[in-house]
This record gives sequence, structure tokens and C-alpha cells, in this order.
Amino acid sequence: MKLYTKDHEWIAIDGDVATFGITTYAQEQLGDVVFVELPDVGKKLVKGGEAGVVESVKAASEVYAPLDGEVIEANRRLTDDPGLVNLQPETDGWFVKIRLAPGTDTSELLDEAAYEAFVQTL
Amino acid sequence: MTDPTDTPLPTPLHAAHLALGGRLVPFAGYAMPVQYPTGILAEHQWTRAHAGLFDVSHMGQARLVGPDHATVAAALEALVPADVAGLAPGRQRYSQLLAPDGGILDDLMFARPLGADGTLALVVNAGCKAADYAHIAAHLPPDVALEIIEDRALLALQGPESEAVLVALGAAVADLVFMDVRSLEVAGLPVDLSRSGYTGEDGFEISVADSDAVALWSALLADPRVKPIGLGARDSLRLEGGLCLYGHDIDVTSSPIEAGLAWSIQKRRRLGGGFPGFARIARELAEGPARTRVGLILDGRQPAREGAEIAATDGTIVGRVTSGGFGPTLEKPVAMGWIDPAFAAVGTELAVLVRGKPLPARVAALPFVPARFRR
Repeated sequence: MKLYTKDHEWIAIDGDVATFGITTYAQEQLGDVVFVELPDVGKKLVKGGEAGVVESVKAASEVYAPLDGEVIEANRRLTDDPGLVNLQPETDGWFVKIRLAPGTDTSELLDEAAYEAFVQTL
Repeated sequence: MTDPTDTPLPTPLHAAHLALGGRLVPFAGYAMPVQYPTGILAEHQWTRAHAGLFDVSHMGQARLVGPDHATVAAALEALVPADVAGLAPGRQRYSQLLAPDGGILDDLMFARPLGADGTLALVVNAGCKAADYAHIAAHLPPDVALEIIEDRALLALQGPESEAVLVALGAAVADLVFMDVRSLEVAGLPVDLSRSGYTGEDGFEISVADSDAVALWSALLADPRVKPIGLGARDSLRLEGGLCLYGHDIDVTSSPIEAGLAWSIQKRRRLGGGFPGFARIARELAEGPARTRVGLILDGRQPAREGAEIAATDGTIVGRVTSGGFGPTLEKPVAMGWIDPAFAAVGTELAVLVRGKPLPARVAALPFVPARFRR
């Protein structure tokens, strides 16, 4: 199940593990990504709280956690190849995998159609 | 400053930018392309390797007109620390409009066109132009007039293939050197051109009538060596070129000496003064300034942005970043900033604080990327 936030993160949920990154729209807006700061494994992320920073040539932008969860893996490929965020933002350019708490509420997230509609309003 | 709440003004190339997929952003009161679809990194690299075409029509173009060069030069010399009187016909110089305390009100280019004795052409920053014009007009003698040019666009063609592109369009520019100015034709269109720019590359700035701007832009872009370049790459190019951006690296609190711009104050002016802030500038030349502008290269890939503090190895804050980003040619984060002169020697180990984290950095010679001007 793939869902989206209005902060332009995507999150793919598979059981109690969720993978998230920034959307195609977000990377287009940022432009060329030159650095990604990722959280350490074990860090407990809070929904809406800072989960990382993405730096483009132009500017730094915070990445927010779409849901509560504990970091179980960060995409270290982005350290050496931050441009993956531009090339494959919603696949190989993922940022973080987190373990969700049981019964995590995803009702505030958008499905693909709702996110696409939201982007059209921008 | 221009009121940022006003609707951004289009330049004469507005439709051309949209047709090219340019992303327009408000900048100094104008709608300007920050990048085209290929993006800032590719635009930056293209300019260093080939020829990049920039719309810089937002910048202020004006003329000072008086009875003869000596009179007009004296009028401008009352406002800037450069030697204007000694400027040869067909040449351009860089200088600064100074406040009474020597702070920089704006930086500018002034040129002495061939065959127009008593005229100086000025180019000032977009964000400062209204204030600059008011300041200049208020200080002119009665026989010198400020003519604000509102009907001309300004294009910059920058990069090592710029000369060949212009020559192919019939422009006689091969014999010009850095800071020469000429009135000539490009693709049959009359232009006022200087061999200069703000990227650290060889190149040209080309003033053209608004009514000819699209034709000139199109003629230049028709050459496969030329691609359109936005303000994003203009910023990364000028940062690697060690060039000051007004309102960031220099402002009304900074003097030309602090900013490392003493080279732009020729000997006659250093000795004779007669410009605003001479006392401070003479003192700083003799004793050294209280702070100085340096370049920094950071370890790793994380850029430091404007406002980041610079710390000595013992943690003491000794400076502040005024411009910073990722240098696409160096493939490293680079920054410029103010620093205590005791820490300004090239190679000094420092740290830049980014979101509370000290990033190792060292003082680097400016420009970061050697200038390739045609001398």
C-alpha cells in the first residue's frame, strides 16, 4: 500500500515495515539533490517530525516522518549518490525504512489519486 | 529595494523562458528563470564547457551624460572609489557606490563607450536600482544628467565558446579583451557589448533594444553550443568564481577593503581620496580591516548556507557564512564569509556549524575555480 503526505513524502507499507522517501513532484521542485542527511538506525521518528534533510544546489529542505516508527534502515546509497533522489525518487531513491507500531493510523495520509489531485492544486 | 509584494515584472524574454520550460520565480521585482528543465548542475557544467545564455534584463542600465569625460568622471568619482577619469575609451571597470562611512550601497560596472565623449554607461543590481538612481541623481552636478534606460534588455553569454558563437553571428569580438566595450552588430542587430560577466568564465554582456531582444536571444540559442541558463546556475558559477553577491557577501555594513575588493581601487584614488568613506578605507588599507572575506571548502558533501557560523578549532565563533552551496565544478561544498583576519590564512582549519553540527572546512584561495577571462 503506497500513500502520500501533503509534505510530498511517499510511504509504502508492507506489514509493520514502511519505506518512505520524497515524491517525484518534490524532487522536481528541489532540483538537483547534492546531499541527503538520514537518521541513525534505532532513532524513533514522530509523525510530522524531522526525519532528515535533503540539500539541493539551491536550498536545504527538511524531510518529515509520515508516520511514527523506529528507524530500521537508512538508504546509504544516497550518501554517495544523492542524485538517485532525482533519478528514481519513488524506488531506488528511498530514504528510510521504519517499523510501525501495531495499529498505526494511516487515515490522514493520501492515496495516489488524492495526492495527484492535491499536486494539481499547487 | 523593490516592493516584493508587487507582481513580478516580466522581462522582454518572458515568453521565451516559458516556451523553454524555464521555472520562473520572483527575483528583485522581476519574474526570472531560476532554471530550465535540465537543471542547475547541467546548466552550470554547460556554461563552464560551452556557452550559457542568461537573461539579466532585471539589472539596471543607465547612463551619465555630461559635457566631456573629465566632467562626468569627476561626478562619478565623488560616489565611487575607482579611477574613472583614467578609464580609457572602450573600457569598463568594476566599482562600488559608497555610503559616507565607506559601507557599500551597491556594486556596479561603469564603461566609457567609444566615440561618445562625456558618456558613462552604468550597470547596477536589480534589487538596488531605484535607490542607486536616487542616490546618484541627488549627488550630480548640474551639468551631468542621469539617464535611466528602461527600453533595453541585457543578455549574458558566458563560457569558453562564447567568442566563437558571436563571431559566427558576424560580431567582430575576437580582438576584444576582458572589460573592453564596443557598439557593434550581432546577427545584424545593434548592441552595446562588453567582454565581461559574472561567472568567472570568458564571456560577454550584451545590451540590446527590448524590441530586438527576442531576435537576439533566438539567434544565439540557434547555435548548438548555446543553452539557456537560469539564475540558479548563475549563483553557483559566481560563487565558484569568488564573486560577491550584493545583499549577501557585501552590504551597507561592509567596506570594499573588508570584502577583498581593494584591487578595484586604483592608486590615484587610494592616495588622493575624494570619495565617501575615504577615511575608513585609508585606515583599513594601512592597518588591516576588522574582518575579511574568505573562501571556505568543506569536507564531505553537505553544503553550508548563508548565515551559518564559522568556528575555530577550539569552538570559538570567528565568522559567518555569507554565501554557500555546492560547487558543481569542484564537486565540493564551498562558501564565502566574513572572518576574523587572524583566521583568514589559506589552509586554516575551521568548522562551519550546520544545524548544530560542526562540518570541517578550511580557508581556500578565491576564486575557487580559476578565472578564465581573456586578458
